[in-house]
Amino acid sequence: MIRVEIRKRLGEFALDAAFDAPPGVTALFGKSGSGKTSLINAVAGLLRPDAGHIEIDGTVLFDAERRVDLPTHRRRVGYVFQDARLFPHMSVAKNLAYGGRHDRERVIEMLGIGDLLDRRPAALSGGERQRVAIGRALMADPRLLLLDEPLSALDAERKAEILPWLERLRDEAGLPIFYVSHAASEVARLATTVVVMEKGRVTRAGAVAEVLSDPAAVGTIGAQEAGAVVTARIAGLDRIDGLTELALSGGRIVLPGKLGRIGTHLRLRISAQDVILSRDKPQGLSALNVLQAEVTAVDEGPEGVAVGLACGRDRLLARVTRRSARALRLEPGLPVWAIVKASAVAPQDVGGAV
Amino acid sequence: MTEWLGPEEWQAVRLSLKVSATAVAASLPLGLLCAFALARGRFPGRHLLNGLVHLPLILPPVVTGYLLLLAFSRQGPVGALLEPWGLSVAFRWTGAALAAAIMAFPLMVRPMRLAFEAVDPGLEQAAATLGASKLRVFATVTLPLALPGVVAGAILAFAKAMGEFGATITFVSNIPGETRTIPTAIYAFLQMPGGEPAALRLVAVSVALAMAALLASEWLSRRIARRVAA
Repeated sequence: MIRVEIRKRLGEFALDAAFDAPPGVTALFGKSGSGKTSLINAVAGLLRPDAGHIEIDGTVLFDAERRVDLPTHRRRVGYVFQDARLFPHMSVAKNLAYGGRHDRERVIEMLGIGDLLDRRPAALSGGERQRVAIGRALMADPRLLLLDEPLSALDAERKAEILPWLERLRDEAGLPIFYVSHAASEVARLATTVVVMEKGRVTRAGAVAEVLSDPAAVGTIGAQEAGAVVTARIAGLDRIDGLTELALSGGRIVLPGKLGRIGTHLRLRISAQDVILSRDKPQGLSALNVLQAEVTAVDEGPEGVAVGLACGRDRLLARVTRRSARALRLEPGLPVWAIVKASAVAPQDVGGAV
Repeated sequence: MTEWLGPEEWQAVRLSLKVSATAVAASLPLGLLCAFALARGRFPGRHLLNGLVHLPLILPPVVTGYLLLLAFSRQGPVGALLEPWGLSVAFRWTGAALAAAIMAFPLMVRPMRLAFEAVDPGLEQAAATLGASKLRVFATVTLPLALPGVVAGAILAFAKAMGEFGATITFVSNIPGETRTIPTAIYAFLQMPGGEPAALRLVAVSVALAMAALLASEWLSRRIARRVAA
């Protein structure tokens, strides 16, 4: 368990954040300027809080009252910066070995960087640089790994290239990770816990599926980014039409493409704006995915109405206009039909097994 | 070579090289420290230190030389302390090295400081998160990346020390074999009837040494910059 509780004034900006992080990937999610990077800098010892307490599994890194402030180099907190920060005067091999040689062979194999060892950082692509930076941090044998928007400097193609490596890291390294991001799709794919930050404060914290499907959190997450995360089992494959049938706890949906083997589980993100609601069972629609659900919450915000839905044990999130909300007389307890567009789950949002 | 230069001239060249090399070698650690402190340090008195480092550049050399004489003569506050240890520098070649080091100090610190400022502090932070102490960060990241500037500063200081005249002659006089460096030797030859050919030969040596230092600095900087950035 990692405990973070800090206060810091930075000119006009005040950081005042507290949360507990269980093992796994904790996403620090929020708009730019919400204090995410300042927060992990404090955890790494690059920024000294005015007050508070930081500890990892019982080891105190910082405590203002007890005057504990471990210097950065003795914290054993790995940090993968947005811009990788590889040492330009060293080869990849020397960069990797700078902090130690912990688990060297496995790290190199896991990140697929064996062919890059003799190269200089200047000769690497953005995605390769990030992989080397991750490897370098891992080989120093950290207690906690901080990733500061490691994908934000990359184009869509490079992102798609590096995301599977991050998933492998999460599943194989067995190391707590703080993942700073402002992209809900990355958070949905990688994180187990989300800490939502706004103006230096933690506004929500909890399991990914709960926080991202909470209508009240739509305002902070952003209307475009909001969407529920659900776990589905692959129930069938239609080779002729190239479709995958997924079983959710409250029904079945069909997605294009072959997404995995029958019986395996997938993590899906269903964007709130791709869910349509109906009071009656829709007939004669081209969309294949109709789920029966019950309204659990209705939250009116400046950009429309966010509707929380219970569908079996899963929670979904839909966004409708105020007019539609009135016309449908949406209120908690109301049974509705949710139409999920088949293309709704973008391929990069389909994560591996949870 | 020795026939081309007279024994007195040869002596002045050798002495100049010895004085300048000693001046640079002895002031290099302090120069690195000052440059790094000015580039990265946030401490009270930073502006004062900056002024102090640059003072010899602005003061008339004769003033610097006279201040050194006041401090380091046998009765001076520092000289009286050094005297019992046999470390007196007054009217000795070590005094010439001290004068040269002080006069060359601003030229040494400036390129080093700029080079340190150009090193991305983010890389130093990255090294710290990998477990490197401040000293190790400096030795393995900051210094190697600033090396072209450090070398440039050292060579510039060497060239300046080779040419130092005013402070040297004021502080340690112009004693053949002890404090008569190339510039003071040229001055002495020009005062002497028939000394002009010897003075001209030393002028030629001066120009050659200065050009060589400049070219060496360029070549080294380029080579190191290539190695650092490749």
